[in-house]
Amino acid sequence: MSAKDSAATPPLKPVLGRDDWIMRLSMVAIGLFLVVAVMLPLYAMLSKSLEDKDGNFLGLANYAEYFATPALFNSIFNSLSIALISTVVVITVAFIYAYALTRTCMPFKWVFRIVALVPLLTPSLLGGISLVYWFGNQGVAKALLGGESIYGPIGIVIGSCYWVFPHALIIVITALSISDARLYEAATALRTTRLRTFLTVTLPGARYGLISASFVVFTLVFTDFGVPKVIGGNYNMLATDVYKQVIGQQNFQMGAVVSVVLLAPALLAFFVDRWVQRRQVALLSARAVPLQPKPDRRVDIAMLIFCTIVALLILGMLGMAQYAALVKFWPYNLELSLNNYRFDLMDGGGWDSYFNSIRMALYTALFGTVIVFFGAYLVEKGRGFRTGRMAFQFLAIVPLAVPGLVLGLAYIFFFNNPDNPFNFLYQTMGILVVCTVAHFYTVSHLTATTALQQMDAEFESVSASLKAPFYRTFAKVTVPVCLPAILDISIYLFMNAMTTVSAVVFIYSTDTTLASVAVMNMDDAGAIAPAAAMAMMIAYTCAIARIIHALLSKGVVARTQAWRGR
Amino acid sequence: MSESAPYLCVTDVTKKFGDFTALSEVSLLVNEGEFVCFLGPSGCGKTTLLRAIAGLDFQTSGRIEQAGKDISNLPPALRDFGIVFQSYALFPNLSVKANVAYGLENRRMPRADINRRVDELLGLVSLADQGSKYPSQLSGGQQQRVALARALAPSPGLLLLDEPLSALDAKVRVRLRGEIRELQQRLGVTTIMVTHDQEEALSMADRIVVMDHGCIEQVGTPEEIYSTPATPFVADFIGAMNFLPGMASAGHVQIGKAGFIAETPTGLVGKPVIAAIRPEDIQLQGVESGGGNVVDAVIRSMEFLGTFYRVDLKCAAFGDVDLFADMSPNMVRRQNLVTGKELPVRFPPELMRIFPGRGA
Repeated sequence: MSAKDSAATPPLKPVLGRDDWIMRLSMVAIGLFLVVAVMLPLYAMLSKSLEDKDGNFLGLANYAEYFATPALFNSIFNSLSIALISTVVVITVAFIYAYALTRTCMPFKWVFRIVALVPLLTPSLLGGISLVYWFGNQGVAKALLGGESIYGPIGIVIGSCYWVFPHALIIVITALSISDARLYEAATALRTTRLRTFLTVTLPGARYGLISASFVVFTLVFTDFGVPKVIGGNYNMLATDVYKQVIGQQNFQMGAVVSVVLLAPALLAFFVDRWVQRRQVALLSARAVPLQPKPDRRVDIAMLIFCTIVALLILGMLGMAQYAALVKFWPYNLELSLNNYRFDLMDGGGWDSYFNSIRMALYTALFGTVIVFFGAYLVEKGRGFRTGRMAFQFLAIVPLAVPGLVLGLAYIFFFNNPDNPFNFLYQTMGILVVCTVAHFYTVSHLTATTALQQMDAEFESVSASLKAPFYRTFAKVTVPVCLPAILDISIYLFMNAMTTVSAVVFIYSTDTTLASVAVMNMDDAGAIAPAAAMAMMIAYTCAIARIIHALLSKGVVARTQAWRGR
Repeated sequence: MSESAPYLCVTDVTKKFGDFTALSEVSLLVNEGEFVCFLGPSGCGKTTLLRAIAGLDFQTSGRIEQAGKDISNLPPALRDFGIVFQSYALFPNLSVKANVAYGLENRRMPRADINRRVDELLGLVSLADQGSKYPSQLSGGQQQRVALARALAPSPGLLLLDEPLSALDAKVRVRLRGEIRELQQRLGVTTIMVTHDQEEALSMADRIVVMDHGCIEQVGTPEEIYSTPATPFVADFIGAMNFLPGMASAGHVQIGKAGFIAETPTGLVGKPVIAAIRPEDIQLQGVESGGGNVVDAVIRSMEFLGTFYRVDLKCAAFGDVDLFADMSPNMVRRQNLVTGKELPVRFPPELMRIFPGRGA
């Protein structure tokens, strides 16, 4: 060994190969897409909130005005309390429901699993519309409310609980699925009572999942626009305030201020949740033995009753929307007809908006999946360039913290500016696709990342040693192996593109009206039955897409059975 | 070692991860056709060194030359090597044949030549009839042979093996290490293997590079490493070793109250040392109490380990230090060794090693 001073030897400057260049440039390109699609619009919105109507810098004057107007800042408390109440209700119900699905021998589990996911197929507006028919002024079950009006907090809470339920359920099911049977065996061996076992083993095991689900539910309800728009009446929420300021009063500055107020708790919840999730990883790293539930007549029957009630409530919401859509003239002529499906006779863009939605969803699924998966691949499998990869990872996570309404409004400020080179996108199908991809980027990105991490880390090393360009291995190995995850990403993007209202409500044009926005506009114009009909069209489209996705996935697995093996 | 220029020259290679130094100015020469093992405990830097040679993780500083060409800062795609990983890293969706052909297809070789080469390699690793199967349908040992065939297919100048046998069952491991060694000798490909298993290194390598804490402790043939370890670390890591603290004088070492004749390095005369002797080198047949290099011992316990007994001896002269001796079952029976038995043992002077002691 040499005794040379190590400070004297110059540090090594690696030569970049062709692969490295292509990968880094591609990653920078996708990173720039995220900058343009998320960061710059947000910046435009922040600066807008500090300006007056003519674009002069005002400082915090708009915020001062906001907090000096009780009608405006009261919405903060309204939004907070609605979100908190909904969170408590949804998490409680979702926990019991998930417990029944994972820890008991209740019959018909698969039915309950499917029914619980039904709200994912529908725009959040659908819950509100159904509630009008159930409990509205001419509702069939109005008497149940005992004189209280459904138009207001009660309606918002019920409607919100309906559509966020599956989001919470998926997380809680995951949390309850990974508990360790050995802990329960130990508890039984120590003669622990069932209640104590539940409190000391079950609950702590699901703790992080419950916290995570709570944040998701809170953020979704807090920033949701569809339900309060339809059923909120005069009860002001932050999300509806943004819409009213911008669309109603054309007060873009105040709209930007409310958006920032809306963004703040969402950001906070986002960072707390990420912090909690980081701790969860350490907790679950041990190899666990899966728990096999044992039959217990009393518990199983109680759970069956509970889940049946929940499932009936969900189906009741969906069923009422479908029934109302088919009825000639509620509540006076209950004959069935397809009159409400003649969308071309109503406001909202007619059947065109439905087909626009399908086009938009297909583009989003196609381009979104390609961009997201390739981006995730570059981050996960690229070599060196640590700073660039960390920056990309950050850019990919940010969209999760940005409510759709905020993103949509930010797009107006950014893309409508005539000086913006991307101005040509404004009022096109392109901007809707860009916005929707950006809006749902994070979850897709995490799905892709998880799938990529499950692949052998040395594939790239081996293929480099065999002189294969990275794109060859990407196409021949990575994509085929990750195909199930890629299909998952595309169906996720498709369904969200079909159902989303919040982000696109500000940026659709008369040529690019969308079905979900049409639901809102028809409802606004009093054409509630056609709104319900359109909402159901979305639901059926998503259901069909889901079935196609299931068949494709099954086909992929069957075709690749030979090598998936085991 | 050799008259011709070495095939691989590693000069002053240092690798730092932040404040942590994984490799500290490592220098090494590997000759053409040689089989070299990097051996050491986990975290000693052996894999880091292998990955630097492959270009998979660049060293912080230092120079690496292969076949006379400076490759220090080249990406892996511009280097000339084949690599096999512990995890096999076989492409799961490609058949065995397609896996082996993967590297050949990147060289615009005619299809017929590719097929011929693939068949030839599958024959070499005795998997000629398994070509159309997928990796998940093969056993671990078969999968690793496919990985080997894939790495060798483009005839690389250098074969890198990163713990290739660690994921396999003990029996398969022993068989495969013989096969790899035979294949390597047949093809004459320069090979570097990383392992933490001393038996693997001793049985396969032409030369072993023992590493610890990012430094090379010793480079030598398996026999050299085993019989003349350069440091107490090497002595301890490879095989078993008794370490006895003592004082050195010229040609003599004093351990506790007992004195022994031994080869003492001149630099250590008059200093505290550690005398080392392997358990299997301790003699008891035909040893007389009071003879040269003999010390009296009592058997405290005996552990049966299949091919031999490990005998835990207590020597009054050494104080608290335990002494272990390995005895064949045959010897144990003949000498009637049982717990509590008193017997004299001898340390052959030529088999004792003297290392610097603490504070030397």
